[in-house]
Amino acid sequence: MSEANDNMTAVLERDDADVRIEEQLAAERAKDLLRFSTAGSVDDGKSTLIGRLLYDSRNVYDDHVRAVTHNAAIDFAQLTDGLRAEREQGITIDVAYRFFSTPKRKFIIADTPGHEQYTRNMATGASTADVAIVLVDARKGILDQTRRHACIAALLGIPVVIAAVNKMDLVGFSQTVFDDHRRSLLDLARQLEIPELIAVPVSALDGDNVVHRSERMSWYSGPSLMELLETVPLAIERSHAGLRFPVQRVLRPHQDFRGFAGQITAGTVRPGDEIIALPSGFRTRVRSITTWEGDLETARAPQSVVITLEDETDVSRGEMLVSAADSPHRTRHFEATVVWMHTKPLRPGSTYLLKHTSQTVRARVVEIRSRIHVERLEHHPAEQLALNDIGQVVIETSRPLLADLYRDSRATGSLILIDPEDNATAGAGMIRSIADAGDAESEINHATRGVLALGNRAELAAQLERSLLEAGAVVLRTRVPLSPSLIALARMGAFLLVESDDAVPITLTPVHAASTTPHELALDEPDEILNEIQRLGAIPNGEDDNDDGLGI
Amino acid sequence: MTAIASEPTGLAQELNSGHSGGPGQSRAAAEQRLNHIQLLEAESIHIMREVAAEFQKPVMLYSIGKDSSVMLRLAQKAFHPAPIPFPLLHVDTGYKFREMIEFRDRYTAELGVKLLVWRNEEALAQGANPVQLGTQRCCGLLKTQALLDGLRAHGFDAAFGGARRDEEKSRAKERIFSFRDSAGQWDPKNQRPELWNLFNGRIGPRESIRVFPLSNWTELDIWHYIHLEKIPIVPLYLAKERRMLVRADSLIPVEQPFVKGLPGEEQWVKCRLRSLGCSPCTGAIRSDADTVPKIIAELVQMRNSERANRIIDHDQDGSMELKKREGYF
Repeated sequence: MSEANDNMTAVLERDDADVRIEEQLAAERAKDLLRFSTAGSVDDGKSTLIGRLLYDSRNVYDDHVRAVTHNAAIDFAQLTDGLRAEREQGITIDVAYRFFSTPKRKFIIADTPGHEQYTRNMATGASTADVAIVLVDARKGILDQTRRHACIAALLGIPVVIAAVNKMDLVGFSQTVFDDHRRSLLDLARQLEIPELIAVPVSALDGDNVVHRSERMSWYSGPSLMELLETVPLAIERSHAGLRFPVQRVLRPHQDFRGFAGQITAGTVRPGDEIIALPSGFRTRVRSITTWEGDLETARAPQSVVITLEDETDVSRGEMLVSAADSPHRTRHFEATVVWMHTKPLRPGSTYLLKHTSQTVRARVVEIRSRIHVERLEHHPAEQLALNDIGQVVIETSRPLLADLYRDSRATGSLILIDPEDNATAGAGMIRSIADAGDAESEINHATRGVLALGNRAELAAQLERSLLEAGAVVLRTRVPLSPSLIALARMGAFLLVESDDAVPITLTPVHAASTTPHELALDEPDEILNEIQRLGAIPNGEDDNDDGLGI
Repeated sequence: MTAIASEPTGLAQELNSGHSGGPGQSRAAAEQRLNHIQLLEAESIHIMREVAAEFQKPVMLYSIGKDSSVMLRLAQKAFHPAPIPFPLLHVDTGYKFREMIEFRDRYTAELGVKLLVWRNEEALAQGANPVQLGTQRCCGLLKTQALLDGLRAHGFDAAFGGARRDEEKSRAKERIFSFRDSAGQWDPKNQRPELWNLFNGRIGPRESIRVFPLSNWTELDIWHYIHLEKIPIVPLYLAKERRMLVRADSLIPVEQPFVKGLPGEEQWVKCRLRSLGCSPCTGAIRSDADTVPKIIAELVQMRNSERANRIIDHDQDGSMELKKREGYF
């Protein structure tokens, strides 16, 4: 190996510097990018482990090492322990991102504090991680915080958890000790439904099995921690969903081009593929995948591209192009695991803005099913979720989400809740189960009845006609003035849009109520009107005793 | 040099390694996976599109430097074949290198992007300069104040910046969407958690956000991308003979009348700039790197020499510490 290197050196030194660096860059380009999270508290060896990982892979600078060397011994923890410094200075403890690389890969570490009061930070770091490193003290085995870290990793859907069984030097490098911990860890992984848990015996202080394989644990034939990090697949490569392409923006530079800009969150796409535009359900084919470099023959998650379609179809931001064979759920009602991040607790009935893919809708938490005790891994009944609590909740949205279960697709199964008063990111949610499409769609569908008088708002009428039809309602646009016969028609199961030449207020007349008093709507946005139709359509007596003004 | 190559360390090691894998194998793998540059590019484009879609009036802060150049190319890609849907804003202190301003005007005109320039004319009229005010006050007036005024005057609610998390420790926890209150202030304690790629862009009246689409890029990634994409850069980054004040280890560019040397200090030196700023306050380094690949080689080598080796000269520890202190004071 060293001979090969020497030969290469000779060649390299003869060559022009540009050529040499070109070759090196070609190799650099082959690397992908793995994100991993670490969580830990003071004294559990996390900082020492990261320090060791960086030092043994030669990712720290000499002067930095000198600065933390005392009496010829390097304090590995101090190499990276930004969090400790922050704590001492009383600065907010947060997620710190660190960057390093090895010959095989580039890495981003999301380094988070491990105490319970930092659950939201751990969840943040875990949300984009491909791998979680959970530390286990070989002397102590699984502790509350081990369970907490593993539980958060599992809830946030990290596909691979590496359990670094640390301080093996303090248990005499005992195989029996390691095997016991490994068995308990695998039990824990089964309980938490972690797809893959790998236990590695390490000594962070001495470097055993961190980057280099240990010579003091000959009974262990597995890879070092770094070898694992260098070879596990990225999380996105594990997604099994078909094409998911949430549209971020419609690009119309000129009349002949209409492209949909977005990031592929799952699957692959090729020109000619049959796709469905949701929520309209319109089927068409991909004409081209346009990029700055030219059209592509194929694109895959997580590429950002522009897709053009064979047929003219109206797709806007928040909508989604999906594979015809495998589409996401369309739902207004689902159960999610929520990590609460706001000092103002979450209570049933609270309303929020909910961001899911490129769509923001209004949402109400209708029920808190349970609070999850992340250390005992138990569900408890709960009246509310406070800051850093995690719980199972039922959410209803004003408009349908095009969603997958989080375990099938992270990007289309995740959401954030935004407090409408202070705009804070109040919670993060992972969709666990979705009500049947029948239930979910019951509020606007063929049973939606009513009469909406729109006056001279022809454009609005056209928009509403389309949206209602897409939602499955039987829609009729008419210029005949509102009359008992039209009401009767609506009662038979139609939704009527009544237009005229007059600039009159918009009125909605529900037809399944005992009285058919028109409600005046002081709204002019199609979405708001649809919400109101939904609300009144769903409530037989036309009165909502829990009206929060959000139309849910 | 031989020592580094025979036992590669750090970046050199990371760069050389690709030769060890079989070419067939790596090619098959490359078709399966996106590399880190493609992953970073996809992430940055996603961020830019979110901002363009969710904000009323975004702007891209354009500093003419290497990071800005990469950010501008990413914006072109994000909205292609449509034009970039926001203007660029250059905060001009009045002391930028002439070559920077020439480059800025030529390149933005060539791309057909809208360029806005904002200067603190009031301070400049009063003769504000770093010699007179000191760098900190000068920067405060001509950079920070000008930036805030410029953003406010135009009513921008989102501003892209080219900062990276790897630049310094304090940036390691910066958000991609960094929230600013109605006074334009950053409160590190009041930043929103950022999960997945779901960015919360909700703001109140007069509030705004700074957006950092290059957060996860490293310096090497930036230069690598400039090289791959053949992105034009200001020639000041490339080594050539330039007129400099040579003072101890420092090379001070001679452009402004108030930058005057002692007799004999002004010399021709082959050098380049590692970062671009105001000419009186940006030192050059001696260098022969006159192409982007050579800059990358120089960067790799410079970082290697700083990188930890297995053997540490502990005797030097004290004296090094002392030198640092002397240098510092």
